[in-house]
Amino acid sequence: MNGERAVSPTYAGSLDGDRILRYTLAERINHWVSAISYMYLLLTGLGFWSPYLFWLTVLVGGGPTARFWHPWMGLLFGASVVVMHKHWREDMRTAETDRVWLKKIGSYIQNEDESLPAVGKFNFGQKLWYWLIFYGAILLLLSGTVLWFTESIPWSLRFLRYAAILVHAGAALATIGGFIIHVYMSTVLEEGSFASMVEGYVSKLWARKHHRLWYEEISHKKPGNKK
Amino acid sequence: MSQEILRIQKISGHAGTVPGEDTQREYKVCKLIDTTTCIGCKACEVACMEWNDLPFGETIFDNTYQTMPETRWNYWNLILFNEHEREDGTLMWLMRKNQCMHCAEPGCLAACPADGAIVQYTNGIVDFQQANCIGCGYCITGCPFDIPKMNPKTNRVFKCTLCTDRVSEGLEPACIKSCPTGCLHFGSKDDMLDLAGKRAKQLRDHSNFPHAGVYDPPGVGGTGVIYVLHDATQPELYGGLPKDPHIPWTVKLWKGPLKWLGNVAMLGGLLGVVVHLMRYGRKRVEEDQAEERSRT
Repeated sequence: MNGERAVSPTYAGSLDGDRILRYTLAERINHWVSAISYMYLLLTGLGFWSPYLFWLTVLVGGGPTARFWHPWMGLLFGASVVVMHKHWREDMRTAETDRVWLKKIGSYIQNEDESLPAVGKFNFGQKLWYWLIFYGAILLLLSGTVLWFTESIPWSLRFLRYAAILVHAGAALATIGGFIIHVYMSTVLEEGSFASMVEGYVSKLWARKHHRLWYEEISHKKPGNKK
Repeated sequence: MSQEILRIQKISGHAGTVPGEDTQREYKVCKLIDTTTCIGCKACEVACMEWNDLPFGETIFDNTYQTMPETRWNYWNLILFNEHEREDGTLMWLMRKNQCMHCAEPGCLAACPADGAIVQYTNGIVDFQQANCIGCGYCITGCPFDIPKMNPKTNRVFKCTLCTDRVSEGLEPACIKSCPTGCLHFGSKDDMLDLAGKRAKQLRDHSNFPHAGVYDPPGVGGTGVIYVLHDATQPELYGGLPKDPHIPWTVKLWKGPLKWLGNVAMLGGLLGVVVHLMRYGRKRVEEDQAEERSRT
């Protein structure tokens, strides 16, 4: 324990000995509200998607129960995405290095991270995932509202019902694609990622390896100083 | 009669084979509604309510001879009324008994995600099994005739059963039994088509209805309820009977190509990340750490 640790940092990007606070408590809690509600929606949604997966609804109380909670969980997920937008909107703006990074995405996939340009708090892949969830959530909420209140849509506006089923399934599939990659990368592929979203901290080395520009920005600040 | 005898040939949201499919020598049943002899007396509406013990609801008077604007979860049989002015200036009162059409290719069943919530018996009757219904309302989207209605209290969908209980005992549906003019007939699909065709020909040849015809829309594979219309070229006049009903194309796309594309993509994604891990391994920071330590 050193003197720096006596002051508990409550905002992202503060140095704490060898560790850097990457996600504040509020960011972490909100992330997990988002994650758990999304996984509930995924489980029940897949149950409604295919007869071969309908048994998934049994895990959460059966078909009618799953159908009852699915839209409410959708609202919770939507609310968490709004909070997430408040937290990370600025960090998710496209930066200049992003174009170069995207060109070298092959190196990123092949774990040749040293040949990539230095990136800030989030790399372009993370930004794409974020905007996929952001716009996906909007489409899912809009189409989900139509599906929730199908009978209230007048017969003359029935094209809304017909559109909603396609939009809902399409948007869900798009987010599932991102979700598979996100879960794989943050739990298995990238060491230290999962812990950062639980405890909030990453090591300096982790920061330097994966988000060098962000690391440099942090390390030029005195501990405990806000941006 | 048990379901063992009334076998099922199509099941909604069902994985695998359908036990009753092609296992029974059964003719398709059919209800024939001759709109040209319907007087709009509503005996069929009452008989439906009575036989099925449906709870009463308020009727809505809209200055026509119609009981309410549309069918309800507890009002499965409704005569739609239309005052139609013909080209020669004379008036016609068009009455059409509206209820589930019992499509051969039911949109409700195609859209339903709940295993066994909607079934089609080998005799062609499409029946909702409320015990298996999850209340999602997809059948409402799938139906081209706006028939399934949700009970808001139980979140279950209801509609005409074609009196499955009566038909399975060899009786005709309650509505047929009650009709005073004989405009309703019940029998095998072949017999009803034959009878309807003869009646339409009679109307064309002898009653000055040159466009009289039979409504048995091929877009949904034909229906278990067919109509004789004075003017088969304009079914819309009869309370908005769709001219060429189909299962909505988005429902077909969603339950067909999109489902398989989506399944392949999801499985491909899962497979992809596993192969990636085996090919490229994890992104670690220790190696850099060791390097860093040796430098300092």
